[in-house]
Amino acid sequence: MTALAGLLALLLHLALLVAVAPFLTGLVRWAKARMVGRLGPPPQQPWRDLIRLLRKQPVVAEGTSWLFRVAPAVSLSASLAAIALVPSFALGMATADVSDLLVIAGLLALSRAVTALAAMDTGTAFGGIGASREMAFATFAEPGLFLFVFTLALLANTTNLDAIVGQIATGAFGLRVSMALSLVGLAAVAVAECGRIPVDNPATHLELTMVHEAMVLEYSGRHLAMIELGAALRLLLWMSLLACVFAPFAIAHAAGPTLLWIPAALVWVIKIALLGLALSAFETTRAKLRVFRVPEFLGVALLLGLLAAILLFVSQGFA
Amino acid sequence: MSGTALPLLAAIAALLLALGPVTAVTGSRIAGWGVLVLCCLGALIDLGFLIGGARPQSLTLAIGLPGLDSVLALDGIAAFFALLLFLVGAAAGAASLERAAGAASLERHGPLSATAPALPVFVGAMVVTLLAADAFSLVAGFELMSLASFALVLSDHRQASVRVAGLLYVGMAAISGVCLIAGLAALSRYGIGFAAMRAHPPEGLRAVLVLVAVLIGAGSKAGLAPLHVWLPPAHAAAPSHVSALMSGAMTKVAIYVLVRVLFDLSGPAQPLWWGLPLLAMGIASAVLGALRANLETDIKAILACSTVENVGLVAIGLGLGLAARAADISALASLAIGAALLHAMAHGLFKSLLFLAAGAVQHGAGSRQLKNLGGLIRRMPYAAGALLLGAACLAGLPPGAGFAGEWMLFQSMIAAVRLGGLGLQIVVCILAAALALATALAAAAAVRLVGIVLLGRPRTEAAAQAHDAAPPLRWAMLGLGIVVVLIGLVPAGVLGLAGPALRMLGNTDMAGRAGWTGIAAQENAAGYAPLEIAALLVLAALLVAAVLRARAVAGHRTGPAWDSGFGAAPAWLANGDPLTQYGGASFSQPLRRVLGPALLGATETVDMPEPGDIRPARFSATTLDPAERWLFAPVARLRQHLSGVADLLQFLTVRQSLAVIFTALVAFLGLIALLEQI
Repeated sequence: MTALAGLLALLLHLALLVAVAPFLTGLVRWAKARMVGRLGPPPQQPWRDLIRLLRKQPVVAEGTSWLFRVAPAVSLSASLAAIALVPSFALGMATADVSDLLVIAGLLALSRAVTALAAMDTGTAFGGIGASREMAFATFAEPGLFLFVFTLALLANTTNLDAIVGQIATGAFGLRVSMALSLVGLAAVAVAECGRIPVDNPATHLELTMVHEAMVLEYSGRHLAMIELGAALRLLLWMSLLACVFAPFAIAHAAGPTLLWIPAALVWVIKIALLGLALSAFETTRAKLRVFRVPEFLGVALLLGLLAAILLFVSQGFA
Repeated sequence: MSGTALPLLAAIAALLLALGPVTAVTGSRIAGWGVLVLCCLGALIDLGFLIGGARPQSLTLAIGLPGLDSVLALDGIAAFFALLLFLVGAAAGAASLERAAGAASLERHGPLSATAPALPVFVGAMVVTLLAADAFSLVAGFELMSLASFALVLSDHRQASVRVAGLLYVGMAAISGVCLIAGLAALSRYGIGFAAMRAHPPEGLRAVLVLVAVLIGAGSKAGLAPLHVWLPPAHAAAPSHVSALMSGAMTKVAIYVLVRVLFDLSGPAQPLWWGLPLLAMGIASAVLGALRANLETDIKAILACSTVENVGLVAIGLGLGLAARAADISALASLAIGAALLHAMAHGLFKSLLFLAAGAVQHGAGSRQLKNLGGLIRRMPYAAGALLLGAACLAGLPPGAGFAGEWMLFQSMIAAVRLGGLGLQIVVCILAAALALATALAAAAAVRLVGIVLLGRPRTEAAAQAHDAAPPLRWAMLGLGIVVVLIGLVPAGVLGLAGPALRMLGNTDMAGRAGWTGIAAQENAAGYAPLEIAALLVLAALLVAAVLRARAVAGHRTGPAWDSGFGAAPAWLANGDPLTQYGGASFSQPLRRVLGPALLGATETVDMPEPGDIRPARFSATTLDPAERWLFAPVARLRQHLSGVADLLQFLTVRQSLAVIFTALVAFLGLIALLEQI
């Protein structure tokens, strides 16, 4: 029965996340437009774009190999697999036992590597520049991310996200300065991994400033739809991760009463919407950094992660 | 089986060693076949021994030093490393057949015929090193291994760069041999047999001497920083199946020597700080190796640098294991050592696969330089598949073979904060960040390697006309590929085979923590479940495919790349304008600029002509490995200086010469008298 409930929760979770992801991207765009005084497209615009793209036959660049055509599906599958591991409204989903934070990071890396390879397969200058910068930024973001995982694992004694959120939700480790530092550090990492301002500008039309967009310039039709959905899912994944680790209230449990799932899902949607609005506010007030200033930005995340871990050592001892 | 495993393996080693002289007479094909068959046999026997419980066996042979018998022994540790050696050896033997077949006319007189006898000797010497149970056999095997591989590195000795690499390699091998002999001598106070050494573990200053000497002796062979400088040139110079053996097996044999001496022969009572030098060398190797893998332009040098990185990760695991054992936390010790052994096995196999694929690329496209390759995925499907699989493992992507070991390593770091005070905790914290940096750098290097070699447009006509690997090499790559995929999906299988070794080294194994479903850091806890992750990925892919089939327009058209509106290249450039495609140097430019100056002393100079001047602008970027700058260059200067001083001795008068000789004699006698007192 519990297993069935876990499976049901997982399926609902996936359906909810896939449905919400384009709306979140749309919401961020819409809010940014309103903040600078434009009307902006409505939040459902990304969904419309996806459906429109699915109806178009893709044009594949000459001289590309099978990898270019397969890459969007692989990248999207990896993102889907990753998002199946991050709890949204319920803990104890069917994937709870395998929802390891390092595995999530690994699946995101898989998605990124495949996209970068596809970009290099086009043989164009922009594909190369995008792939090169994406891999470099990921290199600078990874230490900060791992230190965040390290800090959480010190507190919870596991790297399993479901178990960690369960412990935080029951107040097992209370309010901590380390968690606050981690929040700032992880937010910086999330901004970099999602390719948002100030690291990358998802709305830019100037190729030289592109990172992620430069990689996917050659895609069209259903391939582009998969890429866009994957990017939206990754943004939602990071928001969901921030929400469940730093705001773990009102999360239901798959084994608990099923009726509780509905309010939990509503609360989760509100959390995500608030985070989306916060992201738009942050992006509106910031300018994009020069490419070679990004390592400094992510270096701050790394330092905050180190500080969080060391504060824990000093306050708890462990030895 | 368990009673006869050691004699059989010893016989295989003897046959391999004997195959060398035979090959010299009969021609080189027999070497490849012999290595293939004997290694397959050895792997089966070894597997049977490990599955059968790995009860230690020993065998005394009446050969060796005068008056002393040689002792061979087989236990869980030796058998685990021997399994890796036999698997890599079989693949390398099969791959060497391809070279012999491809160069049929060269077989008798070509560059390969002269060094072909060294191949079975190399493998046989590694088997001897693993089976040795006394200091003499160990050193003999180790030195024979160095010598045979030196000969193999020189296969293509007509090139000046190969000769330089060979010289550097043999120099490092000599240093490593001297240090290893010194370390083992310090242990052999009560006899050269391992049993005598175990009965009297070293203490105090003698223990420190053992630690330092073995870290230099075996560490330089394994490629631990700062003694890693020989790896990239030597691996690039050697034929590919030899590079596969050196990188996949020989560095692991050196790791085995480290494990044998530091964990087994030095006894369990060593202090906690014994792990620290390994941690320091490991962290330096991991970061430097991974960064250099992003900057090298020769594909085999890239792979060699990545070997330095992975050996560093193995050393970190061993260092944590040593520290945990000193603190008597056996669960953590077995987790950390298990991570090291699993990663050693996985890396040995996928790196061999990568080197074989690199050999296929060199053979098929005529170059190892990134700037001459590109677009090979269309012309070389087999080599491309091998390279893609290997690169996925190299990048540490789940559910590949590279991820499980790194996952366990991270878990052991989390547990390691409970080992000691704040100082150690901060070290562990930095280790975690460095591990993340190294794996991310490795991922970038893997993307760069695959993206530039396999994808995009061909950069030369030879790359556009490349041909795929010949059948023997295909079979070798296929076999290795299957094993690598299996290790990725069921890493617990490797941990099960490492069980006897873990019980010897860390007092407990991973039995309750690793199984079909995955690996966990603690018993009854959630962990890493590669099969489920793979199933999840497949299900997600099926879902995507189903939605596309139901909702999306099928098929596709092809057209010229949009390329932001750039015009097509002129017609005489068949593969497009080479200048508009990213290459090796441009891909790694962000990393070189950000991390290069601090870690590798990277410099960039731009020579921009004045307006009106018609000479071309030039840009050059250089890097210098810190080991070369801070260790090797000062040592070279010191040697130069000392030889200048020693030169004075040649211009002494007869009386002065006699005085020098007499003083030296008295000094040595005094030294002996002093040593007698101690």
